[in-house]
Amino acid sequence: MSKKIKKNWYDYMWIFSVTYLVLGFFNIIFAWLGLICFILPLAISIIHGSKAYCNKYCGRGQLLDMLGRKFSLSRNKVPPKFLRSKWFRYGFLTFFMTMFLLMLYNTYLVFAGASLKEVVTLLWVFKLPWHWAGTTAAPSWVAQFAFGFYSVMLTSTILGIITMILFRPRSWCVYCPMGSMTQGICTIKYKGENKDGRKSERDSGIVEVISK
Amino acid sequence: MLGTKKLAHVGDECVSCGACVKECQLNAISIYKGMYADVDKNKCVGCGKCAKACPAGVIEIISKGAAAV
Repeated sequence: MSKKIKKNWYDYMWIFSVTYLVLGFFNIIFAWLGLICFILPLAISIIHGSKAYCNKYCGRGQLLDMLGRKFSLSRNKVPPKFLRSKWFRYGFLTFFMTMFLLMLYNTYLVFAGASLKEVVTLLWVFKLPWHWAGTTAAPSWVAQFAFGFYSVMLTSTILGIITMILFRPRSWCVYCPMGSMTQGICTIKYKGENKDGRKSERDSGIVEVISK
Repeated sequence: MLGTKKLAHVGDECVSCGACVKECQLNAISIYKGMYADVDKNKCVGCGKCAKACPAGVIEIISKGAAAV
């Protein structure tokens, strides 16, 4: 009956997330690996038409789930309604992508001759010196992109941890920009499709809410 | 009346994260084409584990009148 006993290889993707964050302290160039978390979900949703990345392979989701449940760090409260509203989710996605484009522009500036800024920007505001992390012998723009990308990954992890503590373990998934984007792609891909009209169930008035 | 059956109902604001899928021991819930969680009414027993796991809080346990099925 239970399907919980057997663990799959992808149930350990949280190790990848932790390793990624740790590696960034030693050599910032490893931050480029984070592109996998950007490209893979998009590729899966575009090619396969699913959110398999979020559902199975997302290391961050697993990490937050583990911290919230196994380590009991979550208050386990339902997040406020605005967090799951479309305007907030797509608004946050727009903001996130704008900051991402700004980061790309900064990378271009360094490519064009500006000096490398060895800082990690937390929550898009707080600049932390990060000069101890090696940059190997990579060109300045490669290192600049790495600092910028690591900032994005660390910021989103911090936001995920804050909402994990305040609400339910995987509350980050509710407003995760990648999740919003891949769900949007799937919705566009399968436009008009709705399995057996499930949304009419409540409208029919034959159901009664017992608990939530 | 033949009694009532409890089952999970997924609201419109489902973010299709799949947290509910991992929680369901009866494989009664799946993500439909990356868009939303879909409950198999024949398998669901309304235990509520998915509702507790849902980070968006959009899953409710509902009572469906057997006479109306």
